[in-house]
Amino acid sequence: MANITNTTESAGSNLMVRALREAFYAGIVALGLFVLYVGLKTDQNILNELVLVQRWGLLATFVAIAMVGRFLAVAYVRPWFETRRAAKAAAPAAEREAGFVARNFGLLAVAALVVYPILMVALFGFQGSLKWVDNFGIQILIYVLLAWGLNIVVGLAGLLDLGYVAFYAVGAYSYALLSSYLGLSFWLLLPMAGILAALWGTILGFPVLRLKGDYLAIVTLAFGEIIRLVLINWTEVTKGTFGISGIAKASVFGIWSFDVSATNNFAKAFGLPMSSAYYKIFLFYLALALCMLAAFVTIRLRRMPIGRAWEALREDEIACRSLGINTVTTKLTAFATGAMFGGIAGSFFAVRQGFVSPESFVFLESAIILAIVVLGGMGSLVGIAVAATLMIGGTELLREMDFLKRIFGPDFTPELYRMLIFGLAMIIVMVWKPRGFVGSREPTAFLKERKSVSGSFTKEGHG
Amino acid sequence: MALETDTMTKDPILKVEHLSMRFGGLMAINDLSFEAYRGDITALIGPNGAGKTTVFNCITGFYKPTMGMITMRQKAGKEYLLERMSDFEVNRDAKVARTFQNIRLFSGLTVLENLLVAQHNKLMLASGYTILGLLGFPTYKAAVGESIERAKYWLDKANLTDRADDPAGDLPYGAQRRLEIARAMCTGPEFLCLDEPAAGLNPRESLALNELLRSIRKDTETSILLIEHDMAVVMEISDHVVVLEYGQKISDGNPDFVKHDPKVIAAYLGVEDDEVEEVIEQIAEIAPGDTH
Repeated sequence: MANITNTTESAGSNLMVRALREAFYAGIVALGLFVLYVGLKTDQNILNELVLVQRWGLLATFVAIAMVGRFLAVAYVRPWFETRRAAKAAAPAAEREAGFVARNFGLLAVAALVVYPILMVALFGFQGSLKWVDNFGIQILIYVLLAWGLNIVVGLAGLLDLGYVAFYAVGAYSYALLSSYLGLSFWLLLPMAGILAALWGTILGFPVLRLKGDYLAIVTLAFGEIIRLVLINWTEVTKGTFGISGIAKASVFGIWSFDVSATNNFAKAFGLPMSSAYYKIFLFYLALALCMLAAFVTIRLRRMPIGRAWEALREDEIACRSLGINTVTTKLTAFATGAMFGGIAGSFFAVRQGFVSPESFVFLESAIILAIVVLGGMGSLVGIAVAATLMIGGTELLREMDFLKRIFGPDFTPELYRMLIFGLAMIIVMVWKPRGFVGSREPTAFLKERKSVSGSFTKEGHG
Repeated sequence: MALETDTMTKDPILKVEHLSMRFGGLMAINDLSFEAYRGDITALIGPNGAGKTTVFNCITGFYKPTMGMITMRQKAGKEYLLERMSDFEVNRDAKVARTFQNIRLFSGLTVLENLLVAQHNKLMLASGYTILGLLGFPTYKAAVGESIERAKYWLDKANLTDRADDPAGDLPYGAQRRLEIARAMCTGPEFLCLDEPAAGLNPRESLALNELLRSIRKDTETSILLIEHDMAVVMEISDHVVVLEYGQKISDGNPDFVKHDPKVIAAYLGVEDDEVEEVIEQIAEIAPGDTH
């Protein structure tokens, strides 16, 4: 640490020496940390005795990764960042013209999503594409929709809501119950689930919204749990922890059905071989359409007085009131709109799974959705969509990491490390971009030119 | 009172009667009565802790007074009892706007957006409570155009047109003060309450502020009530000064009268304990009617 380089000739070799030394220290720290966690493992042998399994090879791998990582970070990554920063400082704001991709990112992303299922079918065949369209595509889109809904509450209005999953649950159960008991169709229930969730958002929001900051967060958390506990315990209606299964599938506007036994079955109608892939592809495009609608509504809302009032509320609630804005109704509309998105996502979730149970609506879901909003950059639709893709797609991708077994041994299951890697990724992103992927905000109106507002001016809100 | 003849002819826009505000054991305002007249710039002055900002918060609905009545009389003759209204209604219905001692701008919104947020209620109505606006009705578009015109007018007045698209938090201090006043004016008030608008301004900015306040009064016929410590500003622009000390009114009149009121001088400069008698005597000599 102490060797400050004075001459340029010795700088390179000094850096290497320092990198080696720091790598050595990192190795010692890693050894100390992991010797008990990784190096030794208690296990039962055939005689049911507790034995100590020694895993020195695995420990050596961990230590080696730490050392190599530290060496690379000190010797190459850090100097590279420094030279880049210096270069940036040397040429301030010189021709920072955004490239074609950066300018049309939204449109390109939508185009890519439209061709995505076709590409997957072409690459993996109908049966092989299931995993990519369903687990990756639809699941990510559901989270995008949820996160965009929460974005209205947290990112725009600045109200910290830790119980958002409650509205997701309301939407899912609205569809599940109303379609199984009353036999109503998906196309009727989709908006209805949104309206019901919005209603619940208003009902829950009303007593809660006089609270601020941490208190609001805790009470919304409690409401999320209340909804889940009601779902578990109201067994006559919700069937409790067993959940509701056999939920009706969606149809293509009632024209073609995806039920195998139905006469107007989609595959039969077109004379295609039977496959569940058509339904998934249909759901994918439906999810995409819902997301587009949500994005359109959010963009539109931001330019409405209510959207500006939400953002103003995030910036300064007292100033809002001094300007004659009724902050209670403004907060309620934010809550209700966010809840509506959640409800629609919920009913879509129910139709995709065909099964809902309270287990899908635990606090961790709220936390993940909130993490997506924060990582993406509060208020930014593109940032949030990218964050959802990385977080949900990333964790799904870990299931596919079979090659890791070759490194860490056959009993290594990468899925179990999902949350660990998830947390690590969040820390890295927050250190690298404290305001999320898109930290700046786009103004909703301008006189001469549209300049994005740097994240250092916007507030996170405390209401 | 000394200036009864002068003030009797004027039309009061705001009447504060027997206003008291108690915080636990502290009587922040004690039986305060004063009037602000239509078209006047009324200054509320007093030493630190005299209760000026508390009076402001009572008028603008941020505090509920313990006792008393605050009547706002609009140009059309409609009267509002401000002590019964909540803070946002005071602005929306009674048309009383305010600024804050510690500037409260929406720092992450641009200057223009700040001025558009101030026109929220009007735009909300034009957008059919968002629904018509969401469907893209032309009435909303027209209303937005109008609002931007109004914002432009105030940007020009506050000399902020060049910075319209910058975030409000990026403006220098003096410009932020002017923007806060412009934002309050965008709500279309009849009565504007300014809490220390000149605090922290350099002499040049202070001069620009005086100009702005004068033009507000002249062009929009808005009456102004301001709290100010900067006596240069107070004496220069105000028509009527009310002096508070320990939550009570100690003087009320035109700037010249107040400036020479020994009670005001005593309150501001402070008097030694043994000189109190002497000062009271002096006061009794000068204004016999004022002592109890």
